[in-house]
Amino acid sequence: MEWEVVIGLEIHAQLATRSKIFSGASTSYGAEPNTQACAVDLGLPGVLPVLNKGAVAMAVKLGLATGCTIAPRSEFARKNYFYPDLPKGYQISQYDLPVVHDGAVTIELDDGSTKRIGVTRAHLEEDAGKSLHEGFEGVTGIDLNRAGTPLLEIVSEPDIRSSAEAVAYMKKIHTLVRYLGICDGNMQEGSFRCDANVSVRPAGQAEFGTRTEIKNVNSFRFVQQALDHEVERQIDVIESGGKVVQETRLFDAVKGETRSMRTKEEANDYRYFPDPDLLPLEIDEALVEEVRSELPELPDAKKQRFMDDYALPAYDASVLTASRELADYFEATAEAAGGEGKLAANWVMGELSGALNKAGLDITESPVSPAMLGGMLRRVSDQTISGKIAKQVFEAMWNGEGDADTVIDKHGLKQVTDTGAIEAMIDEVIAANPEQVAQYQAGKDKLLGFFVGQVMKASKGKANPEQVNELLRKKLAE
Amino acid sequence: MSDTSKTVAELAAGLAAGTFSSEEITRAYLERIQGAGADLNAFITVTGDRALEAARAADDRRRSGDAGPLTGVPLAHKDIFCTRDVRTSCGSRMLDNFTAPYDAHVVERCQQAGMVCLGKTNMDEFAMGSSNETSYYGPVKNPWDTDAVPGGSSGGSAAAVAARLAPAATGTDTGGSIRQPAALCGITGLKPTYGRVSRYGMIAFASSLDQGGPMARTAEDCALLLEAMAGFDERDSTSVDRAVPRYSQELTGSLQGLRVGLPKEYFGDGLDPEVARVIDAAIGEYRELGVEFREISLANTELAVPAYYVIAPAECSSNLSRFDGVRFGYRCESPRDLEDLYKRSRGEGFGAEVKRRIMVGTYALSAGYFDAYYRKAQQMRRLIKNDFMAAFEDVDLILGPTSPTPAFNIGERADDPVKMYLSDLYTIAVNLAGLPGISLPAGFAGGRPVGLQLIGNYFDEGRLLNAAHRYQQVTDWHTRAPGAFA
Repeated sequence: MEWEVVIGLEIHAQLATRSKIFSGASTSYGAEPNTQACAVDLGLPGVLPVLNKGAVAMAVKLGLATGCTIAPRSEFARKNYFYPDLPKGYQISQYDLPVVHDGAVTIELDDGSTKRIGVTRAHLEEDAGKSLHEGFEGVTGIDLNRAGTPLLEIVSEPDIRSSAEAVAYMKKIHTLVRYLGICDGNMQEGSFRCDANVSVRPAGQAEFGTRTEIKNVNSFRFVQQALDHEVERQIDVIESGGKVVQETRLFDAVKGETRSMRTKEEANDYRYFPDPDLLPLEIDEALVEEVRSELPELPDAKKQRFMDDYALPAYDASVLTASRELADYFEATAEAAGGEGKLAANWVMGELSGALNKAGLDITESPVSPAMLGGMLRRVSDQTISGKIAKQVFEAMWNGEGDADTVIDKHGLKQVTDTGAIEAMIDEVIAANPEQVAQYQAGKDKLLGFFVGQVMKASKGKANPEQVNELLRKKLAE
Repeated sequence: MSDTSKTVAELAAGLAAGTFSSEEITRAYLERIQGAGADLNAFITVTGDRALEAARAADDRRRSGDAGPLTGVPLAHKDIFCTRDVRTSCGSRMLDNFTAPYDAHVVERCQQAGMVCLGKTNMDEFAMGSSNETSYYGPVKNPWDTDAVPGGSSGGSAAAVAARLAPAATGTDTGGSIRQPAALCGITGLKPTYGRVSRYGMIAFASSLDQGGPMARTAEDCALLLEAMAGFDERDSTSVDRAVPRYSQELTGSLQGLRVGLPKEYFGDGLDPEVARVIDAAIGEYRELGVEFREISLANTELAVPAYYVIAPAECSSNLSRFDGVRFGYRCESPRDLEDLYKRSRGEGFGAEVKRRIMVGTYALSAGYFDAYYRKAQQMRRLIKNDFMAAFEDVDLILGPTSPTPAFNIGERADDPVKMYLSDLYTIAVNLAGLPGISLPAGFAGGRPVGLQLIGNYFDEGRLLNAAHRYQQVTDWHTRAPGAFA
């Protein structure tokens, strides 16, 4: 039987506010346990939550970027359950009335096709603390630094039909939140993670199959692996006559499989009700407009502009707009290169990306600035240096030898374009290789490359390759 | 007249005139708390040394010309208000070992005014009760008759003020917990508009209903205290950013032509005839002051108790989840595992009434019951509020009894929670609507005090206090002291 996969993702993006969503404690990562938890985060009696307005503006940003409706009035609710790292015994979240709802994003698939994935809603909530098991004997440690960190839970429609689409969607949201500057997107630190709801149904069937929820997956690769494994497992269960049980499952990254965590029957009754400590969240048109005016150019628009303004192919434009930093770097480089968009794109995606990868550096940490790279590319386009020499110049710049002109001067890399000088070198090469000249003249055209190589070698790579080609042809034809 | 017989206003005048020092009067109250008052069990914690230190500081402040009207005046805080460095038990075993690292906003405000805290008063456990019998620290006795309850949950505060152990005290009122004990102990107690006084640092029972307020002997004292306590606090999102009037300066208005509504539902079955007689007499006094009475109807009054006993337990079931034995408060001996830790810490740390309400509230919020209970109760709450709003189109204030009976005997209703809940009939609707209400002494029934309740429109505390003050200018019920404590 042919099976259709149905997936919906709930992405948790930790919002990049300096303080927590309902308290003034810092949200920075990696501090000593329990040093960034104030009385509110500890759930001490009598203290009260006060909403961080920065988190609201960030939620509105995401809402606008995904075409969501911004709720003029939404509500915080308490999700009640007991757990040691949940200090109040309830999580403040949004339930009936989320801050933004009913939007969509367009994802791009490997075959170049696009697909619209609905965004059901995004709601604000607080994160819990962490239970620490390592390094403790017979007890569990509790670190409440993370408690109260603002999260935006972005819930998709069940529009996703494969693990590849799921990854494309997750990457899309990942790009978006970083463009918007609302989340650092750091998946190792858990700033961006997702729960995946997945079910299968016979192709053509209208109603959904029974779903399972895979909790807390924090890398693109794990999402793909977890979904592939879970889909296969569900199909196996059904094909061997069984029934999929509605349950929550955990992904074991080491074994590459999912395992049951709790079934529906064991699930908590969260007893949601509106939090009486917080007033309904009212967002007026003025705030929406203020946020809208602060929105950066979004990835889709930027990609289109790169194609239009720099005549880039769709692929290049996609790669270069994957992050705002990379796109900014590219644009600054292209500008410094005198508008040579394609040339800049080739270098940013090729030589520069390769060097950064090798060094384990982020684009923002590049030792070669866009001005330096663009300046070098200017020297390529005005033929001061050849593309080949440019690689040498790039390496020197990477190693801190200064900008392109300094490097070219210092190492005498200026391209030789003096026809007389090139002709002299050609004459020497022709004189030194009479056999090859004879063969070439007898019709072995391929030998032209050999001669070019010899001349370039004689010029230490500095001769203009086009001129060498042209002059060689002429001389050899004499 | 002993030093401890004075009202807040009289103490303030004496301190200002230099007739006595704060240290002198503070010492007198402390002696009385430990002496004649000790058997009442009105205090959970007495902070003698700190009080004397604060009194000396207040005297210094006065000498340096930096004193406000209340500087040096002692008071007691209900043990629900968090106090830095002094235990805040909330009347519960659960918090017997708890000291907050912060002061409640109300505590801070009183400190800023230079008031001297004598200690923390006894209360029903987590403010859940109408008799002060649910306290882990034992029941409080009514100074008028030590067989009787003082009312609750602010029973310790009411008894302390009535017995002249403190000139004033703070209280909190979720369903009548300031007004009902004020009535049963023969003092004056004001529950302000929801949002008027910050809830920061006030341990939550039912967040949408809880409101702190003053308890003292006179309306004038309540006005002075409310001025100090009220005001916007950004740490409480439900606190209202609205200027605080000079209540004590506005007690001069005539009541001529004041329209006061008498809700017929507040004078029906269940109202003790003796209490009814006292209220009738008070109505007569007010008529002479020029008040125009008209009968009104608050048709949904009978919904108040059932709505309240869904909403308040629902909120409390969630508010009290933080008491889990993990980070602070009571923890059971040698827990076997996490579940055992939760079950025994909560099972042993909470008393019966608290557990009853947590169970009721958990049930009301459960999947499948939420619509039938919690949502329905919220709808009832809106109807109750609408009744009041309609009434205030025609009247300025509403008058009735605070409690259907005078103080009952300790133990008399302990086994009948429903009967106990029904005794809050006249006070609960005010909390559900978020309105201000005041209880003032209006006479006696069988030797026990009877309270008169006035209910005002939102933020109309000034009018309420003025109406209460005018009554106290022509009556002397508020000046009566219990025989044993005169």
